[in-house]
Order: sequence, then C-alpha cells, then structure tokens
Amino acid sequence: MHAELKSIIRRVLGVVPAGHSFLIDRHSATVRVSHWINAVCLLFLLMSGLQIFNAHPALYWGKSSDFDHPILSLTARNGPQGLVGVTQIGSRQFDTTGILGASDEDGVRMARGFPAWATLPGPQWLAMGRLWHFAFAWLFAINGVLFWIYAFARGHAGRDLMPTGGDIRHLGREILDHLRLKFPKGEAARRYNALQKLAYVAVIFGLGPLVVLTGLTMSPTMDSAFPALLWIFAGRQSARTIHFICAFSFLGFFVVHIVMVMLSGTWNNLRSMITGRYAIEDHDG
Amino acid sequence: MADDRRRFLTRSAAVAAAALLSGCSGLSEKKWVSDALSEVENLTRRAQRLFAGRQALAPEFTKADIAPVFRANGTLDPASDDYRAHAAKDFRDWRVEVGGLVERPLSLSMEALRAMPSRTQITRHDCVEGWSCIGEWKGTPLRLVLAEARPRNDARYVAFFCADNMAEEGVPAQYYYESLDLVEATHPQTLLAYELNGQALPIEHGAPVRLRAERQLGYKMAKYIQRIEIVADLGSFGGGRGGYWEDQGYSWYAGI
Ligand code: HEM
Repeated sequence: MHAELKSIIRRVLGVVPAGHSFLIDRHSATVRVSHWINAVCLLFLLMSGLQIFNAHPALYWGKSSDFDHPILSLTARNGPQGLVGVTQIGSRQFDTTGILGASDEDGVRMARGFPAWATLPGPQWLAMGRLWHFAFAWLFAINGVLFWIYAFARGHAGRDLMPTGGDIRHLGREILDHLRLKFPKGEAARRYNALQKLAYVAVIFGLGPLVVLTGLTMSPTMDSAFPALLWIFAGRQSARTIHFICAFSFLGFFVVHIVMVMLSGTWNNLRSMITGRYAIEDHDG
Repeated sequence: MADDRRRFLTRSAAVAAAALLSGCSGLSEKKWVSDALSEVENLTRRAQRLFAGRQALAPEFTKADIAPVFRANGTLDPASDDYRAHAAKDFRDWRVEVGGLVERPLSLSMEALRAMPSRTQITRHDCVEGWSCIGEWKGTPLRLVLAEARPRNDARYVAFFCADNMAEEGVPAQYYYESLDLVEATHPQTLLAYELNGQALPIEHGAPVRLRAERQLGYKMAKYIQRIEIVADLGSFGGGRGGYWEDQGYSWYAGI
C-alpha cells in the first residue's frame, strides 16, 4: 500500500507510532474545560433551535414577516400518498419528503420543518425547546466570555490563535498540503497551522459573537434597550435569518473540524483535548 | 489491536450519543428538569431589566412599515352567546372591571376608556412562534387606568381575564388570562388598545379591547379583556403560573 495512505489510515484509527514520537503539553486546562462545555452547548443549542424553528418554519428578511415571500420555508402539503414535504428557497421548490417539511414521528408522517431526530425535544414542543435553548444560551455566552478573557489575559489569543504574517504568506501551500492530507510534523506540529488558526479565529471572534447578538436581537426587550441591534442586523426577521445561518455555519465548522481531527490523528487529538498531552511525530516517523 | 480499539471507540461514541439524545427527550418529560430550566427565566428577567430598565421604549416604526394584513393568532372569535350579543351591539355594553388590591374599583365602559387620554404607536408584534408583524395601535395607557384605581401598597401584579374559552367543547371552561408585573404594566407603551390601524379592533385581534405590552411576546397581550385584577402573587388564580400559556409550560417572563 502507498506509504502516505497507510499513515493517514494509521492516524484515523488512532495508532500512535511507538518510538518515533514524543509527548508535549498541548492544551491548558482552561482551554480543555471550555472546549467541552462549548461542544455540549452547541449540540443542545442547535437541536433546541431547530425545535424553535419548527414552530414557524420560515425565514424572512427585514423588520417583519412578509408571509408570502419567505427566503426559506419548510412546509407540507397533501399529496396522493399523504403529506409531501416542500422546501422552498426563494421561489424554487424542492420535494424533501421524509426529511424537511414532512417526516415521520413514531411512525406517523407529520408536517414538521426539521425531523424529530434533529430536534430537542423530539416531538413538537416549543415551550420546552425554548427552555433548553435559553438555559444553554446563557452557558454558551458565559463560557465564551470567560474563554475570551482567558485568551487575552494569558496571551493564548495572540500567541496561538492569531495568524502570523508568515502564516498568511504561506497560505497557498498550506491549502495544498491540506488537500493532500499532509499535516505538519516535528517542530511545526507544536503550533496550530494557518488554516486552523483562521478557522478558530473566525469562529471564536466572528461566528460566536454573531450568533449571540442575533439571538439577543430577537428579544423585544433587548431591542428596547439597544435599538442599534435592529439597525446592525436590518431588523428582527433578518436577525432570525442570520441566526439560522450562523447555526448551520457552526454545524459546517463542526463537520470539517471532526474530519480534520480524525485525519490528523483521532486518538492523539482526543487525548490532547482531554488530558492535555499531544504526541508529536518525528520527521522520519 | 487497532481494530479492537477502533471498535471500542466507535461503539462507545455511538452509545454515548444515543444515550445523550434519548436521555434529553426523556429529560424534557421530567418535572425537575423543566423546573430547573425555568429558573433561568428569573436570570433572564433580571438581566434584561438591568439593561432596559422601566422606561426604555420598544422601537416604533413608520406608516410605511405597517403590514398589509396583520396576522391573527390564538382565539380568532370567542363565539360564545354572550360575546356574540356584545358584538352585535358593537360592544356598547362591554365593560372592563378593575378590582383586587385597589382603593377604588372601577367599571369602565368602552366609551369611558376612549374618553381617557390615548397613545398611538406603530410597533412590531413578535409571536413566540418566531414571526413578526407591524401595526398601529391606539389605546389607553394602562398606567392611567391603574392610577385611577389606586393600587394598594401590597400590589405586585396586574392580571387580565378574558372572554375567550380555550378549552374544547365538553370540558370545563378555561378562560384565557395573563399577567404583568408593575414594571411592565406601568410602562408608557403598555395600552388597553381599542384600535388597530385606525379601525375599531377587529374580533380576531381581541375586540373590543386587548392588551399591548410592546417589550414582550404576543401571548402576554391578552385579547377580549373583561376584568383586570391587581394582585399580590400569581399563585392564587388560574393554573397558578400567571397565564394560560404559562400553565402549558411557557415562560411567564416573555421579554425574549
Ligand atoms: C447566547 C446565545 C444565543 C441566544 C441568546 C439565542 C437566542 C435565540 C432566540 C431568541 C431564538 C428564537 C427565535 C424565534 O423567535 O424564532 C433562537 C432560535 C434559534 N437558535 Fe439561538 N440563541 C443563541 C445561540 C444559538 C446557537 C449557538 C445556535 C446553534 C448552534 C442557535 C441556533 C438556533 C436556531 C437554529 C434557532 C431557530 C430559529 C432561527 O433560525 O433563528 N442558537 N435563538
């Protein structure tokens, strides 16, 4: 077998090469704790958010809802074989029966935006979805702010997260390396690579604040306290749409993140986020 | 050995995920879980009050923003004989009783309400379901009514009792009701509204008079109001949680 392929498989399966690697301290306890709190929050927030979305499965742009012109809607209509799920994006319609618009709940086809397996709670239950969402929204926001404070106070942001000039200059090669699934070894593996840094910075300082602020913009009381929020996000319904896009951007980040974690060493990465210890392969490893 | 470890890892991940997800759906059924999550509501209320205070006004919009059709939700017509009779007479005999912990109980006709100073405001109505609609409301600021009734010192909440029966036919009647604390009840934009977009309030929107509490979600804004009671605590009426939807598990504080 091709040597490169072999080493990728080895990394995914989590076999740590013996004799050719050494352990370093990778993540501080603060980073590890806040990472896992964040992971749990995102799971709960996404699934309870989809439950909330299902109460009115349509998105609009602007101050209020123009019911005849949603940007996106997941609805159901009656067909010869029962309910048909219709996903509408702009003026285009797609049949998404079984997943979006209409799907099975305990074996019964129901009109519901997202399917029961994606929402918390599973059955249609807006009140409970909101309780979960706001409880974890607090945890998510507090955890995020504490992480920010830590990252700046301890130099984590500047030292480990912000891309350097060199990072940016070598971005092209970095992308090629990623596409070839070549990951840094030796000294270079001690630090996050440029793409990693960019992704983390975008999520920690972009997506995170954005999802919190758009979440707050949907609150009528917060709008009375900070009317500028409505101006920034072009109205409450736009804020709801941006919030939704943020949620799926988090999901997209998560998928790529997991794939990268696996390709660059499932077990090694997982251990480093639990115990802090990370194995670095020697160049000839 | 690598195989074993892989199998172990994937299996434990799958088991953990399944346990977490089924656990959460099961958790939602547990009373202590919903009680614990509901505690967060107090934190949210305190934090929001800290920023918005008593006076911060909900944004107001222009005529151009008014929705061509204002969506109606909840009860669209109370349809009882009594209500029908009132509607047939254009609500001329409708009265709003104001009582409870007040020094001067009132019985206000629609005419008397209209004779009081009014406020007109173009505001955004946010439904708990997620949609928003903009409309122009005219009505009597609730604080003027309260000032006339003179709440006693132990007054803490204002409860609204309505003419729409939420129960299905054949079960005991369950009339819609809601409540606000004094901060929200005396907010300048909190109205007993009798007009929408320059017309007498339509039946589907709560004729002849409904509440507007512009910093709150739609379910707080009781329609078809017949009686206003000033109380010291929420536990002594209805299902004890301060409102019809609250009794179904929705938060009493609906600022988000
Ligand atoms: C502090 C953080 C957050 C706050 C304050 C917040 C607040 C809210 C609010 C008020 C709603 C209800 C909107 C409505 O009335 O329809 C909502 C919906 C939703 N939330 Fe959040 N949220 C937060 C974080 C998140 C995160 C991190 C995610 C996803 C990973 C998320 C995903 C969703 C989704 C999918 C919905 C459905 C409706 C929509 O698209 O806006 N939320 N959120």
